[in-house]
Amino acid sequence: MCTVCGCGDAKLVESEAHEHVHTRPDGTTFTHHHDHGHEHAHAHDHHAHRHDTVDYGGGLAGVHVPGMSQERVIKIERDILSKNDAHAADNRRAFARDHIFALNFVSSPGSGKTSLLVRTIKDLAGRVAISVIEGDQQTSNDAERIRATGAPALQINTGKGCHLDAHMVGHAVETLAPAPGSTLFIENVGNLVCPAAFDLGEAHKVVVLSVTEGEDKPLKYPDMFAAADLMLLNKSDLLPHLDFDVSACLANALRVNPRLRTLIVSARTGEGMAAFYAWIEASARAAHP
Amino acid sequence: MHEMALTESIVEIACEEARKQSARRVTRVRLDVGLLSHAEPDALTFCFEAVAAGTVVEGALLEIERTPGAGWCLDCGKSVGIAERFGACPECGQYRVRMTAGDELKIRELEIE
Repeated sequence: MCTVCGCGDAKLVESEAHEHVHTRPDGTTFTHHHDHGHEHAHAHDHHAHRHDTVDYGGGLAGVHVPGMSQERVIKIERDILSKNDAHAADNRRAFARDHIFALNFVSSPGSGKTSLLVRTIKDLAGRVAISVIEGDQQTSNDAERIRATGAPALQINTGKGCHLDAHMVGHAVETLAPAPGSTLFIENVGNLVCPAAFDLGEAHKVVVLSVTEGEDKPLKYPDMFAAADLMLLNKSDLLPHLDFDVSACLANALRVNPRLRTLIVSARTGEGMAAFYAWIEASARAAHP
Repeated sequence: MHEMALTESIVEIACEEARKQSARRVTRVRLDVGLLSHAEPDALTFCFEAVAAGTVVEGALLEIERTPGAGWCLDCGKSVGIAERFGACPECGQYRVRMTAGDELKIRELEIE
């Protein structure tokens, strides 16, 4: 994360890199490198960000007024997540305008999210137009797996970041430009904690849990299950080989979130996937009647 | 560690408010962090110094007030104090408690000069 300008070192790997010049409050400047070089229209409000300069926290030296140096307390009462939420609201407006149905897929690493998306794209080919934003700390492996299906995909690398935020997704959507009326899958960084706090502007969060994990994961990581509208319990084909207690797992999930919908699926065999596809189509119609 | 991103947001908002007030620097940042929120105060404090460095917030004291958790128990039909986000009602032991307070993540005020 860039701690100088606050824009994070998340990058769209398909973009060119560039450099920023920073002006410190004392007037000194320095330049550093940012992998964030795509052209983008700044429809939403964020930090001062010309294409050659990010001037964050600067400019103050020039406006200091003598006599203003006494300490003052200012009440601001601002939500810490307000910046992210404002970007999320922009994304949601853009999705509504273009009738794009966006889903945010969250899970721990290794639950089978990418395999599930690949299967869904193949099975829904010709029925639902799908594009994908992939979030990972490093590599574009997942976006390449999606592109192999023929669906457009864009990789966001978060660097050290543990989640996608609405600002990154806003830029990714500008670059990916999903077709009006299409469905957008956002595959978040594999992490059951942090992505729960960051609204991306999606219609629904879908949490993927696999039967090779513990039944008590919904109790151990409740925020994520509380934030989701649908839980997919994946890898059901492995159940005969495991001691996993499906009903205990579902009961734990419903204790944290009584209105959670749950489906038992296998992205490998296709079991239960038809119910997931029906949910996608019905929810997309409900989102944009 | 989404506290790093939250801290960046805190510093960004503080810089923005300082700029609006033509402040030279921010000396104190007071937060309300609910007991049931998903942020860890120690991690916020840990990140704060690093994120504030090089901005007008550098050197500011970070004060974190923990606001208590409360919820509405559907079975008791009243407001109860809760210590865990998805915990049971302390009176009836059922899990049908809807959180009403304790989720705050807010910058309450700044001291500037």
